[in-house]
Amino acid sequence: MEYALAFLLLAAVVALVVALPFLRTGSAEAEEDARRAELDAAKEAKYREIRDAELDYRMGKLSQEDWRAVDRELRSEAIEILRRLDRLP
Amino acid sequence: MAGIGSACLAVGLFTALYAAGVSIYGARRGRRAWVTSGRRAIYCLAGLMVAGTAILQSAFLRSDFSYALVAEGSSTDTPGFYKVTAMWATQDGSLLLWALLLSLFSAAVLFLTRRSLREIAPYATAVLGVVAAFFLVLMVGWENPFDTLAAPPMEGNGLNPLLRHPAMMIHPPVLYTGYVGFSIPFAFAVGALVTRRTGADWIRATRRFALVAWTFLGTGIMLGALWSYTELGWGGYWAWDPVENASLMPWLAGTAFLHSIMVQEKRGMLRIWNVSLVCGTFVLALIGTFLVRSGILDSIHAFGASTIGTQFLVFIGVVVAFSVALILARLPDLRSRAKLDSLLSREAFFLLNNLVLVGLCLVIMWGTFFPLISEALTGDKASVGPPWFDRLTVPLAIVLVLLSGIGPVLAWRRVTLRGLRRVLVAPLALTLLALLALLVLTDASQSPPSLVMFCLVTFVLAAVGQEFWRGASARRTVTGEPWPRALVRLAGRNRRRYGGYLVHAGIAVLFLGVAASSAFHDQRDVRLSPGQSFRTGHYTVTYRKPTARLGGDSAGTGAPISLGAVLDVKKGDQRFTLHPARNYYPTQDPSKGVVSRYFEGEANSEVDVRWGLKRDFWLAVRPDLASLDRPIREADRRFPGASNDVQAVVIAALTERYRSHPPPAAFRAIVSPLVLWIWIGGAIAVLGALIAVWPAPEARLRRVRSLYAARLGRELSRA
Repeated sequence: MEYALAFLLLAAVVALVVALPFLRTGSAEAEEDARRAELDAAKEAKYREIRDAELDYRMGKLSQEDWRAVDRELRSEAIEILRRLDRLP
Repeated sequence: MAGIGSACLAVGLFTALYAAGVSIYGARRGRRAWVTSGRRAIYCLAGLMVAGTAILQSAFLRSDFSYALVAEGSSTDTPGFYKVTAMWATQDGSLLLWALLLSLFSAAVLFLTRRSLREIAPYATAVLGVVAAFFLVLMVGWENPFDTLAAPPMEGNGLNPLLRHPAMMIHPPVLYTGYVGFSIPFAFAVGALVTRRTGADWIRATRRFALVAWTFLGTGIMLGALWSYTELGWGGYWAWDPVENASLMPWLAGTAFLHSIMVQEKRGMLRIWNVSLVCGTFVLALIGTFLVRSGILDSIHAFGASTIGTQFLVFIGVVVAFSVALILARLPDLRSRAKLDSLLSREAFFLLNNLVLVGLCLVIMWGTFFPLISEALTGDKASVGPPWFDRLTVPLAIVLVLLSGIGPVLAWRRVTLRGLRRVLVAPLALTLLALLALLVLTDASQSPPSLVMFCLVTFVLAAVGQEFWRGASARRTVTGEPWPRALVRLAGRNRRRYGGYLVHAGIAVLFLGVAASSAFHDQRDVRLSPGQSFRTGHYTVTYRKPTARLGGDSAGTGAPISLGAVLDVKKGDQRFTLHPARNYYPTQDPSKGVVSRYFEGEANSEVDVRWGLKRDFWLAVRPDLASLDRPIREADRRFPGASNDVQAVVIAALTERYRSHPPPAAFRAIVSPLVLWIWIGGAIAVLGALIAVWPAPEARLRRVRSLYAARLGRELSRA
């Protein structure tokens, strides 16, 4: 009896919680937010790579020539991410 | 309340299946409401598992023996501290712990990624739901932790005495957190494969979870080693036991994964390798859980035979088949266009380190499952012992430590020979100095592998120290900050990099302890009467007197009888006293007499260790109860239905007899150099991992963002 009552009550609570999203309408805004969040994460990662390369150069691990080549490549990738971010409405 | 607990499991099972079903449906049809509903179902699952665990823990704390699990694994005289831990000492309870941790991890990662990874996350939700459903099916169908007894006993069996140790209280949940945590990157890898989004997005979203899982698993292994060293009474911390190996294998695979995902993030390479590694790590985590509970391999850690071995094997088989099929189907999407620029680069050394780690994992796997393989081939269950493992793993461990020193000093993409010379000259010079000092000042040359390991540890510490020094120097040239501030800010701004270096230093220190203690320890097994002495490792040990305690043993395990010894230890001017003991726990076996049941139940050693940075003195005692045999039988015969008070009086008289007429006792003494550094190294590694996993403060991130955005903005305008 205790089991049946608890089962019904818990199932009802779960059903209510999982049903709520169906009562709300999704917006295109949410989709854009998601794309923006992904691009932001990619942007942060690229900034970190640029910083890492710069630190490697300052620590003498990379020659100036190698660092410039790596830095140029990373910056162009970062610019591409920024462009994609700008294209979002 | 047991009914409510069972209902939590049943509703949890439907909720997990619902989460899996609607997430896939929503993803395939592009219906966000369904996906959101699936994610919310995982939140609900976490709530249900928390409620179920709370109900069971409450039963343990109340000693409610109407629960079969409480009667099996606890008793009224089990200390409250250990009543809490008793849940995961049982099979059903550990399954509930798995489900609880999995649901909490799943809820956390799905909450954090609710606004990102829109394509991948629904499939990850489905995978996590299916894994949770598997554990819930096991509980609902076979091992329900909320099963009740029609006739509850007045007293429970009590917690296994071996598990009454502080490290054991947290070891299982910490280890399980590690096992469970690897299901998160696995689930997202599956999502990435299904949706063909095999870039670095899923890695960025789950890297922290993988690192947290790795840290917990490593901490669990270290706690297990501490328990083995101080509780099992044999004097070692690692025995290549199948259950120990089962926890080490996913940790090694996870270590390889954490390194190789950096190569994918930075260079877009190793995609096939990474998804294979994460699938392998998850499977090894499942195998780890399976081995602890199945009893399929003989182990001191396998607490009880399992009724769910077949189900586990089927599930592991399904996960392996599904993973292999999915990876094969997505091979064209996983191929990388990037190539190694140079063999002298960090990514090349990461690849090498991955091969060594996976090699170690395969060696350990072969040795662990050899008994099953030999039984299948020859009919005999032969096993390989620690010497076999040592012979094969020591060379690989040496290479691994060497690579952990070289990796940090290399740059990504390529390093010139001149650059390599510059970064290696100081660590190599220090290593050479250490080698000379070891040869001249110590007897380290007696063990060549240990000598090599000591030199490599010096190399790693020097390389890591140089990284901190060079980094802080570079920062000081720009900011002019004083050294301490430059160091702290350097590590604070590059947490992932410098946290990782600290992990390398910690692991090197750990290997220092392993190499020294395994090659240069001194062990003596002796039998002494009070007043007699023996010598070991320049120490003179004298057995002063026996001890006997009724109730309230010194370790607080709740043992009713504790017989031990007081020993005086002397080395030059250094003097100290040790109090090892052996605890006796009564058995509920009705065939035993009312008095003999106290002496013929389970017993375990309470080792006494004099910890030291240079060396430990470890001592265990095994009292000889043969002289008490006759009086115990006599008491059984004379007081067959004695009350508890009478039993206490008789046992007090027997233990007093042991104290006043002590027979010779057996002692094991071990002097181990640098063994404490194993756990100090482990703690350093955990600290490093915490630094690496800790997110940078938001304010600082914003400053960095604005700085780089401004610079890039200028270039964008020129582009």
